[in-house]
Parts: sequence; C-alpha cells; structure tokens
Amino acid sequence: MRIFEIAAFAVRGLTANKMRSGLTTLGILIGVASVILLIAVGNGASSAVQQSIAGLGTNILTISPQRAQPGSTTKPLTTADAAALVGQDSPDVRYASPVVSAQATAGYGDTTHDIGQFIGSDPRYFDTTNSAVAQGNLFSDNDVQQARKVVVIGATVATQLFPGLDPIGKSMLVNNIPFTVVGVLAAKGSSGLQDADDLAVAPLTTTQNALTGYGSLTQIVVQARSADALPNAQAQVTTILNGRHKITGTADYRILSQDQLLTARTATTETFTVLLASVAAISLLVGGIGITNIMLVTVTERIREIGIRKAVGAPRSSILGQFLIEATLLSLFGGALGVAAGVIGSRFTIAGIQPVLVPSSVLLAFAVSALIGLFFGSYPASRAAKLRPIEALRHE
Amino acid sequence: MSPVIEVRDLRKTYGSGDTAVHALRGLDLTVQKGEYIAIMGASGSGKSTLLNILGCLDVPSGGRYLLDGIDTGEFDEEQLSLLRNRKIGFVFQSFNLVPRTTALANVELPLVYAGVRRAQRRERALAALELVGLQDRTHHRPNELSGGQQQRVAIARALVTSPAIVLADEPTGNLDTDSSREVLGILDRLNAGGRTVVLITHEDEVAAHAMRTVRVVDGRVAGVLV
Ligand SMILES: Nc1ncnc2c1ncn2[C@@H]1O[C@H](COP(=O)(O)OP(=O)(O)O)[C@@H](O)[C@H]1O
Ligand SMILES: [Mg+2]
Repeated sequence: MRIFEIAAFAVRGLTANKMRSGLTTLGILIGVASVILLIAVGNGASSAVQQSIAGLGTNILTISPQRAQPGSTTKPLTTADAAALVGQDSPDVRYASPVVSAQATAGYGDTTHDIGQFIGSDPRYFDTTNSAVAQGNLFSDNDVQQARKVVVIGATVATQLFPGLDPIGKSMLVNNIPFTVVGVLAAKGSSGLQDADDLAVAPLTTTQNALTGYGSLTQIVVQARSADALPNAQAQVTTILNGRHKITGTADYRILSQDQLLTARTATTETFTVLLASVAAISLLVGGIGITNIMLVTVTERIREIGIRKAVGAPRSSILGQFLIEATLLSLFGGALGVAAGVIGSRFTIAGIQPVLVPSSVLLAFAVSALIGLFFGSYPASRAAKLRPIEALRHE
Repeated sequence: MSPVIEVRDLRKTYGSGDTAVHALRGLDLTVQKGEYIAIMGASGSGKSTLLNILGCLDVPSGGRYLLDGIDTGEFDEEQLSLLRNRKIGFVFQSFNLVPRTTALANVELPLVYAGVRRAQRRERALAALELVGLQDRTHHRPNELSGGQQQRVAIARALVTSPAIVLADEPTGNLDTDSSREVLGILDRLNAGGRTVVLITHEDEVAAHAMRTVRVVDGRVAGVLV
C-alpha cells in the first residue's frame, strides 16, 4: 500500500536523530569488524607457524628425549649419542648436532634482555636451521672443543642489547657470565607465536658449562644426505639409538621428520585456531549484545512515537514496516562498514602477525550482526505496535 | 439529530484483584452532532479514561460505545486504527507531536496513514496550519515552537482529516492565558463550522465556551448543566 511513504518515514527516522543512528551503526561496525579481524589474526598466526616449519630443510630429523613407559628406565640423550649417529653404520646421515637450550638473561651495560632461547650446539646447527650470518662470524668446531665463551646472537637480541652499536667483539653477560659476541644472524622474522630472531647460539660445551649442566640434551638435530635419503637415515638412527639405549619396548626418545613436525605443529595451531574461534564467538556475542542493547534503547525511546502514530490512525503493519526498514538499513549499513573496516584492518600487521582473511568469517560476522540488528530493531517495535495507543503513549 | 457519540453503562477497571481501580462505573453519555461539550470533575474521577475510550485509544472493560451509530466493541485493532484515522481528532494536554519532525510533517501524518496523495496531503495540511494561524511555522520542529504553537499544530493535526469528533483532554492545561485563549478560539471556530467537540477542563472559563457541561463523579455522570 503506502510502502514508499513508510520507507520515507524510516529514512526520516534515521536522519532525524543522526547521533543515535551513528552510534547504532558504530556498534554494528565494531561487532562485525572485530570478529573478522580476530579470526584473520588467528588464521595469519597459524599460517605463519606452518611457513616457518616449511622453512626448515626437508632433510631434517629431530630427536628428542621422551619419558619411557613406567617400569623401564629413561636414558638421557647425550653428546656421545649424537657422535655415534655419524659413521659407517649410518651412511645416509650427514651431520648430527647435539642441542641444549635454556632460558637466559643477557646484559650489556645497563641494558638487560630476556633471551627467548639460548641454544648450545655445534657449527652445523646453523646449516640445518637455515641460519645465515649477517655480521661477524659463526663460531667454529675449535671454539666448541675449547669451550670458548663466544656467542652468535639473533637480530632481536642485537637491537635490544646493542641499540645503535656494533655488537661484534662486545662482551655480553649471560646469567652474569661474560660471552664475547662473534656474530649476528640475519633476521628471519616472527613466526607468529614466537620471535625467531630472539635467540642466541653458543658452543654446546660452553652452554653446558655455564648454563644447562651435563644432563640430557634437549635435541639431536640430524641432517640426512638428501630428502630422499631421509627414511633410510631415520631407520639407521633408530637402529643405532635402540642399540645404545638397549630399547626393547617403547623407546625413550622420539624422532620427528620435518613432515611429522609439521603435522604436530599443525595440531597445535589447530588448537590455537579453535581458541581464536572461541574468542571470535565471544566477541560476536559481545558485539551482538552491544547491538541488541543499542537497538532496544532506540526502540524503547520511540515507543511514545509509536503511540502518537497509532493515535492518529497508523495500522500495526505500517509501524512494523517502518521499524523493520529502519533496522534493515542500519544493520546493512553498519555491517557493510564493519566488513570494510575488518578487511582494511587485516592489511596491517597486528602484534607481529600478518592477518589472513577467512572469507567465511566475513560472511558469518555480517550475517549474524545483521540478523541481530534486524531482530532487536524490529521485534520490540512490533511488540510496541501491539500495545493500545494509550499504553504506548504512557510508556516512560 | 442522530447522536454522534452514544455511551451506555461504560465501565473501565484498571488492574485486578485487590489493586483493581474502577475508573468508570456505568457511565452514560449522549453527544449530538455539532455539540460542544465540556467534561469537568475532580482529579481522578475518570475523565481522561472516558475520553481515551471515546478516542478509541483504549478499550472499555464493559458497556457499549456507539460512534456515529457504529458499535466499536465489535471492532478489531485494524478497524479501530481506521476509526481513529477517519472519525476522530484527538488533542492531548502534552501535545504529543512526533519529535524532530516539522509542523507540516506532523500535520500530514494522519493523511499519510489515510492514503492521501502527496500533493493533496500538502495542500490540506497547509490549510489546517493556516486555520490555526501557523502558516509561517510550517518547517519548524516541535522544539522550535512555543507550547501554544505546539498545541495549535496538534489541533491542526486533529482536524486535518475532517473527523466527526474532536476530543481534547485539558488542551489548555499546559498553556498560559494568551495561548489558552487562542486555542479555545480555534475550538470555538471549529464548532461553529459544525464540528463536534468534547473537551476536558478544570476551569469554568474554559467550560463556558461549551454548550453544556458534563460533570463526572467517581466514574459516573453526576449532572448536566445547560
Ligand atoms: N493506566 C492506569 N493504570 C491504573 N490506574 C489508572 C490508570 N489510568 C488511570 N488510572 C486510575 O483511574 C482513575 C481515573 O483516572 P483518570 O481517568 O486519569 O482521571 P482524571 O482524568 O479524571 O483525573 C484514577 O484513580 C487513576 O489513578
Ligand atoms: Mg485526566
């Protein structure tokens, strides 16, 4: 019937109170944008983790200790184990680097910095982890044999401890023990969950001496002669270690290839994604409550207006139509702006993570917010339209 | 003359049980076409309740109300809204204009719901505003108008559909003497033009404009003074 007139009422209703319409739009905008962004950040983080693992060579095996079944004994992984992995019994193994790692606080002058990872290993470690030196040199096998207190630091440690200075040759305190910085690694960038440049690598012997003691190694990193030789290398390593550890049942160590590592990490990042999805769900809920709230306020404030319209003869259908159109316009407009804000926001790096948009999340956020806006914009209005005019007019 | 309003044994109870308020207790009233009636009575006697029912803004708990010979008790909400739109013009003490909306748009409002075309709507709304002397305030919003002016806009809105009856609940209750006089003058002229007017008031000077005064006491008509 008068659909055009009713739409005109709706538009006039929205423009008559720009502040209210603006706030409602903003509420929907924030709801939609935050959901899109949060999910994009989560997705970005997990793809960054996968990339960083993919960055490792495809010919790498990682051996780490694993608690054996109750009853059987657990032998530590030792430097001797690592040494035994290279030899004529294992023709497909090129290197085996023993690795220990520790938490450490580094200091230079008045500056201190908690290093993400302090690693002790041998020079082959740099090759297996694709780490290039940007400044200075790596340490040598001789440094390892002599247990010299030298260290190669990551880019983050360099900028934190030696801002504006050349770190090479400087003496840096690691847990109050002086180490000489011999090299700085090229920056690798953040992998999302942790900063790959927040590390320091020192000779294994020195690190065990100064920081970790002579217990079990954290890892042995094995490099096979080629990616194709990896299964053979894994079989050879298993045979050697089983012999050395006298394994009959469950092994007290665990071998992961880069493939398996990827699978394991993917599982971790899936957990992470689920976590982020729940955060997103909560933000959707909170955004939804915000939209609900502002829509309810908007309608409640206008119940008197509904009473006036009814008093001059507005049928219920036209009041319903007016508020439905108002709510639709607000929801679509706010939702569209929210999508725009979310998409633009995801182009920026957030907390070191490059967000990656998930198209379905855009759809979800938009649909949910629009539906919430629509429902809470029109349902209370339809209830008010059912009131007798005098009840609506008396509404405070 | 046939009565435009005929009310028989009208009852209205608010709430129920112990807290029930019997605002109308079997009220009878007949208003002929073209009459000008003042309703007086103590505060809380049921005047507003009566007028709201006459204006189809509320429904009675019992009794019959015939408007222009039609029994409103048989009407559903949709038909009642049609009645409010075509047959009734209601003026409130507190004006009740749509906020942030021009005088012209407020006066046009009933015509929109009546389905009147845009050009004709504008013409009739302007004529109604001219009748209440506000032709130079058509694009003012309620908050840009004085109380008296707002009430005149409300009256223009009430008469723009040429209703059978104009109902006014203490229309001068919130106005100063000069504005009151203007508003009453407009109602006088409406009545002189043949429109039926029913108005509630506390003041004898206001009631003096009417042809007859109906006294409401405790939800019943107590006596009719001519
Ligand atoms: N919505 C309502 N709910 C409950 N009681 C009401 C309501 N409206 C009016 N009343 C009661 O009904 C009686 C008549 O009220 P009303 O018709 O407004 O009186 P008047 O207009 O003559 O002052 C009063 O006692 C009042 O308290
Ligand atoms: Mg009253």
